[in-house]
Amino acid sequence: MLGKLSLEAIPYHEPIIMVVAVIMAIGAFALIAALTYYRKWGWLWSEWFTSVDHKKLGIMYFLVALVMLLRGFSDAIMMRLQLAMAAGGSMGYLPPEHYDQIFTAHGVIMIFFVAMPMVIGLMNLVVPLQIGARDVAYPFLNNLSFWLFAAGAILVNVSLVVGEFATTGWLAYAPLSGIEYSPGVGVDYWIWALQISGIGTTLTGINFFVTILKMRTPGMTLLRMPIFTWTSLCANVLIIASFPILTATIALLTLDRYLGMHFFTNDVGGNMMMYVNLIWAWGHPEVYILILPAFGVFSEVIATFARKRLFGYTTMVWATVAITLLSFIVWLHHFFTMGAGANVNAFFGIMTMIIAIPTGVKVFNWLFTMFRGRLEFTSPVLWTLGFIITFTLGGMTGVMLAVPGANFVLHNSLFVIAHFHNVIVGGVVFGMMAGMTYWFPKAFGFTLDETWGKRAFWCWLIGFYLAFMPLYVLSFFGAVRRMQSYANPEWQPWMLLALVGAVVIMLGIACTVIQLWVSIRDRRLNADLTGDPWNGRTLEWSIASPPPHYNFAHAPEVGGIDSFWTQKQRGIEALEERPYQDLHMPRNTVAGPVISLFAVVLGFALVWHIWWLAIAAAVGCLISFLARVFNDDIDYWVPAAEVARCERAHQRQREAGDQWQTNGSARGGFVSADLRG
Amino acid sequence: MTTDTIKHSDAHAHAVTHGHHDTGSIKVFGFWVYLMSDLVIFGTLFATYAVLMRGTAGGPSGAEIFDLRLILAGTLLLLVSSFTYGMAVLSMTAERVTRLKAWLVVTFLLGAGFIAIEFYEFRHLIHAGFGPDRSAFLSAFFTLVGTHGLHVLFGLLWLVVVLVQLHTKGLNDMTRPRILCLSLFWHFLDVVWICVFSFVYLMGVV
Amino acid sequence: MSKVRRFLGTLALWSLSLLLAGCSSALLDPKGEIGVEQRSLILTSFGLMLIVVVPVIVMTLLFAWRYRHRGRPASYQPDWAHNNWIEAVVWVVPCLIIAVLAALTWHTSHTLDPHKPLASAEETLEIQAVSMDWKWLFIYPQQGIATVNEVAFPVDVPVRFRVSSDSVMNAFFIPQLGSQIYAMAGMDNDVHLIANHPGRYAGRSTNYSGAGFSGMTFEALATSEQGFDDWVAKVRNAEQELDYPQGYAELAAPSQYHPVEYFSSVTPQLYEQLLHSFHGGAEHADSHGDSHDVESATATRTDAANHRVAHHHADQHHALRRQPARTEAGG
Repeated sequence: MLGKLSLEAIPYHEPIIMVVAVIMAIGAFALIAALTYYRKWGWLWSEWFTSVDHKKLGIMYFLVALVMLLRGFSDAIMMRLQLAMAAGGSMGYLPPEHYDQIFTAHGVIMIFFVAMPMVIGLMNLVVPLQIGARDVAYPFLNNLSFWLFAAGAILVNVSLVVGEFATTGWLAYAPLSGIEYSPGVGVDYWIWALQISGIGTTLTGINFFVTILKMRTPGMTLLRMPIFTWTSLCANVLIIASFPILTATIALLTLDRYLGMHFFTNDVGGNMMMYVNLIWAWGHPEVYILILPAFGVFSEVIATFARKRLFGYTTMVWATVAITLLSFIVWLHHFFTMGAGANVNAFFGIMTMIIAIPTGVKVFNWLFTMFRGRLEFTSPVLWTLGFIITFTLGGMTGVMLAVPGANFVLHNSLFVIAHFHNVIVGGVVFGMMAGMTYWFPKAFGFTLDETWGKRAFWCWLIGFYLAFMPLYVLSFFGAVRRMQSYANPEWQPWMLLALVGAVVIMLGIACTVIQLWVSIRDRRLNADLTGDPWNGRTLEWSIASPPPHYNFAHAPEVGGIDSFWTQKQRGIEALEERPYQDLHMPRNTVAGPVISLFAVVLGFALVWHIWWLAIAAAVGCLISFLARVFNDDIDYWVPAAEVARCERAHQRQREAGDQWQTNGSARGGFVSADLRG
Repeated sequence: MTTDTIKHSDAHAHAVTHGHHDTGSIKVFGFWVYLMSDLVIFGTLFATYAVLMRGTAGGPSGAEIFDLRLILAGTLLLLVSSFTYGMAVLSMTAERVTRLKAWLVVTFLLGAGFIAIEFYEFRHLIHAGFGPDRSAFLSAFFTLVGTHGLHVLFGLLWLVVVLVQLHTKGLNDMTRPRILCLSLFWHFLDVVWICVFSFVYLMGVV
Repeated sequence: MSKVRRFLGTLALWSLSLLLAGCSSALLDPKGEIGVEQRSLILTSFGLMLIVVVPVIVMTLLFAWRYRHRGRPASYQPDWAHNNWIEAVVWVVPCLIIAVLAALTWHTSHTLDPHKPLASAEETLEIQAVSMDWKWLFIYPQQGIATVNEVAFPVDVPVRFRVSSDSVMNAFFIPQLGSQIYAMAGMDNDVHLIANHPGRYAGRSTNYSGAGFSGMTFEALATSEQGFDDWVAKVRNAEQELDYPQGYAELAAPSQYHPVEYFSSVTPQLYEQLLHSFHGGAEHADSHGDSHDVESATATRTDAANHRVAHHHADQHHALRRQPARTEAGG
């Protein structure tokens, strides 16, 4: 009846897991109680969960990412603590089975459920605004993508309390992840969490690719698109071309595990090397899916706060395109030690190095954007400067790893760990923090607190170097990744230092949490009344903060790069009252959350081999999708009068904001909640 | 670039109904993009098949189990169904709804015939002890051919949906792009099948 | 060119050793020819990259400070966004550095190819290394002996390690000697190494392979010619023998932090039989007439799998441990 599921699946004997579960339960209960007490369920459902508004979806992506960051980071701290203890015969406090789950979960969560949703969330929030669009191409699919992603995140969290997570490493190399060597449900959780959220990601890729190509405002040619939109476009191309490989690969592993097939098994003709090839044919483009939008954020931030046009826009675009193409022909550098011939290794090594060229050009372009500018040291700029230095170091170690001869001794060591944290923390995390601070006022109508933002930055920066430089050192001693304990006591001081670094990063995360709290508390003081708090350059700053749900009352017409900036330089013409027209908008939908709810049940049932439930859930998915297909009432018109009301309110607010800005000293003196309507 | 400017265009009637006017073309374009990503899945499965086709592990090779006459019959059904779908689209352009429905029904029957043949083939193989768990070659074979079959099955379901919607709503802005997308999907599956037929069956027997 | 390389190497070595002062570093203190070349390769590429990295860091700090908003008024050109000279330099300099690195990469990928035999007057010693859950089995086909978690070889004699796996993927690595290589079931991989200084070097699997991975270490003894002969004699005196498939299956059962073991003799062609046991089927029957061996080998693998499952259910462990005999009879 319940397949493999029984009460034994709950790890009562693991005090750490139980404590975490209790804390999570208390948190969830408190949240549910608060929502019920303040009668917010209806609001949450109708305004957020069922929303097809790309801005709200972007915010929800970011929120889930921040929550998952806490979980992924707890894993990190536990690992660092374990390694700081488990030296010279000591086994630390985590047995291998538990430690192995933690590093697997850390990798999976940080990549799939923190970095990806941050990137996709930012794309959701910003891209339609930057191209002057009213929404994305397929608003319903956008909502569905979010909920499929959320379904994956839920499955990962369920695995903490019911059953176990994979103990295979984040890419679940076969044959270790095969049924013979991993008979438990951990890998199955991995499979279904990634498969379900991966389908959502593919849909996002298609959605934004079409949005960017088809829904740009008049006059915005490809080479006039803001650079963040460009990098997003390339990231979506990568998603479309690479995520299907992941889907197929995981499906093949699923067939091996569920139907006894032999794709990746050791015997009966299977080929585990094919798994490694396939997973990296997706995996390498994946890191560029993450980093390219971060590059875009830095480009926007540096141009805005240097008050200067981005240096070498066209070069930037071509460098991005070059990286996109090259990212597909370098995957083998993840396993030079598999024993391919010297020619093959050399080819992939050299291809990898060639990627360093366009990347290096980008770095120089950022530098020359600062050159002869007027750089303001706001926190997004600090993140950017920290990024340039940290990422450059990461690029250097990356090139060292790309030399097969050197890779033969550096591979699988902590050098690899230090390298990819060097580029992912220094690139993606710093980029997302910069992006969050930069676009937060656009999403919410008030800016984030700078003091706590800068504290967060310094903690992250210092913490990063403390945590990961020791790993480079340790790799030269022969320390490898994924060890639960080690014999050589000489390594311990470095491991302790790395732990200190992780704690400093934790302080950085705490600073961000405090920053959010302080900023929300002081939201009236920090209100962004003009819609353009940074003196921005691109279209999203030309409308109110937060933007009206229809974004643009009139499609703006664009004549070049940085069109909003140019327009401001020439002086904003008094907005003549032009007739507003009815606007066509998509209606909210329950289909996304409902389909995804069935997907969670489906995933859970498949993990535990509860076949009747799996069939029921699959039928549920299908029926709710068909219900959506047969629903005609999917859009509505915003009356012109409503548009006019919103636009006039913004106009009044902007004038008030200008006035407020001119009395800069009267900070806090001039506040009116009504103005933000 | 000094002429950069944002003018709120009042002349653009098209812009006002942005996202409405050209919904149909955006849908079809997006579907193209989806097909490209689906093609990557098939590409991956073809690559897998190429790697594993020699991994028979003592089991049968393709030459020993493929019944080319049967497969040829299935192939013909699918090819003809592509043609009948083309006729359906022509009828749609001519606004002849009854004829459109008739061609769609014919397409459905041909597709169902193809699925029936595939089902028979799979059943036969499994009964003979050559199921997908017998060898890596058979795993790859069943998965590649089966994935195509699942797509056709999904296409059949979609055909039913389109027929029902044509019945209840007639030809309108909603059903029209759906019929076009399904047309793309159907022809796409045909192209994939031709690859399967030549790469798996013909080369397997040779 | 080589002068520049040497200079860069020295510079890099100096800065790195400053970083690592006081600790014994395996990769920077190699004991064999391959490791030495790899150290110089790492340092050279590090030095080459510094040509870009150092200016970038300096420029970042310099530009940020010089063009800060409230600093002393520096020139401000808000529309300056293009300069052909700068564009040319930022493309050409990285291209040049990468071109040098690419040439170096091409060259060293071939000289350091793990499959390439080492030139030496001495005859190459072959050692077969099999990764098991979770220990290393070393087979000496020429000497007819086998060991677990300890491997010995004479200094200045090139060693060809043939590397394979009994279960999941691992990687064979002795950091102080250089190059690692993946151990994969059914695959006959190899790496050529040499020790130029006697000593005891730590070796381990570097590729995560499950619960016992951390303890999957071994010791590599680089000895004199005489020392090696003594060691072989010591192993030959061991009581245990390793026969395939039965004794092998018992050894292959999962175990953690496995102690060093010696086997005075070993079934001939054990390594080859193990390789073939994974191919179980037609293609292999063509090449090896003796199909009985194949079957028994496959049966052994099933036993090992049973053990692996048993490991996950500790309570059933003992019940299953007794199973091999039964399965053996059946097979």
